[in-house]
Amino acid sequence: MATETAEPVFVPGTERTASVPGTAPSRIRRIVRAVLPGPAPGANGAALYRRWWLPWLWTAPAIVCAVVFGVFPFLNTVILSFTNAKPLGGAASFVGLDNYTRMLDDSDFWLATRNSILYAVIVVPLMVLLPLMLAVLVERNLPGIGFFRSAFYTPVLASSVVVGLSWQWLLADDGLVNTWLEKAHLIRSAIPFLSDSWLILLSAMGLTLWKGLGWYMVFYLAALGNVPQELHEAAQMDGAGAVRRFWHITVPGVRQAMMLVGTLTGIGCLRVFTEIFMLGSSTGGPGGADRTLPFYIRDVGLDPITGNAGYGSAVSVALFVLTLGLTLLAQRLTKEDEA
Amino acid sequence: MTTAVDKPRRLMPRWREYGRPRELVVRYLLLLFVLGITVGPLLWQFLASLKGVGEDVFGADASLLPHHPTLRAYREVFSQVPVATYIRNSLIVVVLSIVSQLVFSTTAGYMLSKPGWKGRKAVWVVLVASMMFPFESIMVSLFLSIRDLGLIDNLAGVWLPGFVGAINVLLMRGAFLAVPREIEDSAMLDGANEWQRFRYLYLPSAWGAIMVVTINTFISAWDDFLWPLIVLRSENHMTLTLGLSRLQSSSFGYDQRVVMAGSVISVIPVLVLFVITQRWFYKGVSAGAVKL
Repeated sequence: MATETAEPVFVPGTERTASVPGTAPSRIRRIVRAVLPGPAPGANGAALYRRWWLPWLWTAPAIVCAVVFGVFPFLNTVILSFTNAKPLGGAASFVGLDNYTRMLDDSDFWLATRNSILYAVIVVPLMVLLPLMLAVLVERNLPGIGFFRSAFYTPVLASSVVVGLSWQWLLADDGLVNTWLEKAHLIRSAIPFLSDSWLILLSAMGLTLWKGLGWYMVFYLAALGNVPQELHEAAQMDGAGAVRRFWHITVPGVRQAMMLVGTLTGIGCLRVFTEIFMLGSSTGGPGGADRTLPFYIRDVGLDPITGNAGYGSAVSVALFVLTLGLTLLAQRLTKEDEA
Repeated sequence: MTTAVDKPRRLMPRWREYGRPRELVVRYLLLLFVLGITVGPLLWQFLASLKGVGEDVFGADASLLPHHPTLRAYREVFSQVPVATYIRNSLIVVVLSIVSQLVFSTTAGYMLSKPGWKGRKAVWVVLVASMMFPFESIMVSLFLSIRDLGLIDNLAGVWLPGFVGAINVLLMRGAFLAVPREIEDSAMLDGANEWQRFRYLYLPSAWGAIMVVTINTFISAWDDFLWPLIVLRSENHMTLTLGLSRLQSSSFGYDQRVVMAGSVISVIPVLVLFVITQRWFYKGVSAGAVKL
C-alpha cells in the first residue's frame, strides 16, 4: 500500500497538457483545449469540472444530423404533400388536398400499396419461421458447425445488387433453375420468372427471404440460449419427436424474439426496393406492375422531368402511415401476448 | 483408483456423443442442403467469373466448374467498365461515413450517458424521434435538401444523411453506461479530467460497440443502393453497387462473366472483414434490435 502511494500517480494524458513554463500555448492548442472537456485555464480541481456548454458541443453533430436529416425531412414531407413542388426546383404553390384526392383515384398507387402489403403478408410468416428452424438446426455444437453458421450468413454480406445479379441469372429463361428443371423433365418450357409480373414479385420475395435468413438465424441463436435444455430432455424421455418439440418447446420459448422478428421484417417489407429493381428491371416489372411503395415514390416524386415532389410526398406520407400502423399493431399484439 | 479416473474406458466411439447415427446423418444432410441454397448461388457466380470465353455460363451445356479457369473476366471488368472509379467512389463514402460516425457517435453517446446537464432528455427525445421515420418515406424531402445544398451528383450528398446515426449514438451510450461507476470514481480520485477519462477509460471499455458501429457503417455504406441511385447521375461519380446495377443482363448485353467478376470484387472486402471480425458481426445483429 505504502509503495503504491509513494510512486507518482501516472495519469495518462497529463504529459500532453503540461506546457513548458514560460511559453504561451499556441493558438491552435488553445482552441483544441477549449473544445475538449478538462480543466479550464487556471482551474483547480480539474477532475469534476465541466463547462456548461460542453455537452451541447459534443452532442451538436448528432442533434444537427437527427434534425436536418430526420425530423425536418419528415415535417417537410407533410408540408410538401400539399404543394406541387418539382424535384429539380422552380416555383411551387399550395394545392390543398389535391395530391391526396389524386392519390385515392390513382390505380397505380393502389397497385403499389397492394404489392407492398402482399409482400409483408407473405414474407413475414416465412421470415419468422424459417430462420428459427435454421437456428435450431445449427444450435447443437456438432463438428464443423461453425463453418455452416458462417456460410449461412454470407448472403447477408453481399449487397442486394450483387445477389440481385446472381438471382437474375439463376432465374433467367436459360438460367440454372430452368435448365435443371428441364433436364429433370419437370417442365417443358422455361418458367418466365423474370417476365411474368406475379413471378417477378414472388421471386423478389424469395430473394428477400434468402438474404435475410442468415441475419435472423443469428438473432434467434441468441434467443435459443434461453430455452432450458431440460425441457427438451424431459420431452424426449416422454417420446416427443423433433417436430413436436419444436412446436411445443422451442416456439413458446422464443415467442418474444419471434414477435420482434415479425415487426422488423414487416417494416423491412414495406421498404423493399432493390429486389424489385434488380429482378423486374428499372421499370419495376412489366408496365410497372411490380412496383412497391418506395419504388412508386421514386417514380412519381423524383423523376427529373415528369416528377412531382408534392405528389411523391403525399405517397410518402401514406407509406409512413402504413409503417406506423404496422408498428402499433405489432406493439399491441406483443402486449396482448405478454398479458 | 486414480488410473480409472484418469483413463475412463470409452464405451462408445467419440462421434456417438453427438447423437444417434441416424439423427446425425439427417442433420448433416439438412445442413448440406441449406448450404447449397445459401452459398450455392454466390459460389456459382464466383465459378462463372473464372470461365473463359469458350465456356457456356448458361444453358444445357454449361458445367458448374470452369474447365480452363482464367482471370480474363477480372482484367476485362477493369478495362470495359470504370470499376476502379466505382471502387474509389465507394471507398470515399465508406471512409467519410466511418470517420464521422465514430467520432460523433462516441462523443454524443458519452455525453448522453452522463447525468448532470440540462437538456439531456430533450436531446434523447430528438434522437429517438429521428429514428421513427423510414428512410423511404422522407427521401423526397431529403433529395430536395441535398438539391438546395447543391450536392446532386456529388459524393458528399451521398454521405451527408449518414453523417451520424441516432442508432449508433444510442448504441455507444449503452456501452458507456455499462462502465462501472467505481472505475470512474477511482480515475477521478487520481485527478483524471473528463477528457482523460473519456479517452483512456471509456473509449477502451466500449471497444465492442465501436467495432459494431464500424462494421455496420461499412456494410451499409458499401452496400447502399437506393440513395446513391437518387443522388448520383454521372458515370464518374457512381459507387460500386450503382455501377454494377447498370450491368444488368437486359440492358447492354455485357459479357456475363465480366459482370460476375464485378460482383465478386464487390463482395470480397465485406467477406474479408467478416472473416477477420466475425464475432462483432454477430453482435451487430442483436444491436439492430435497439431500433425499436
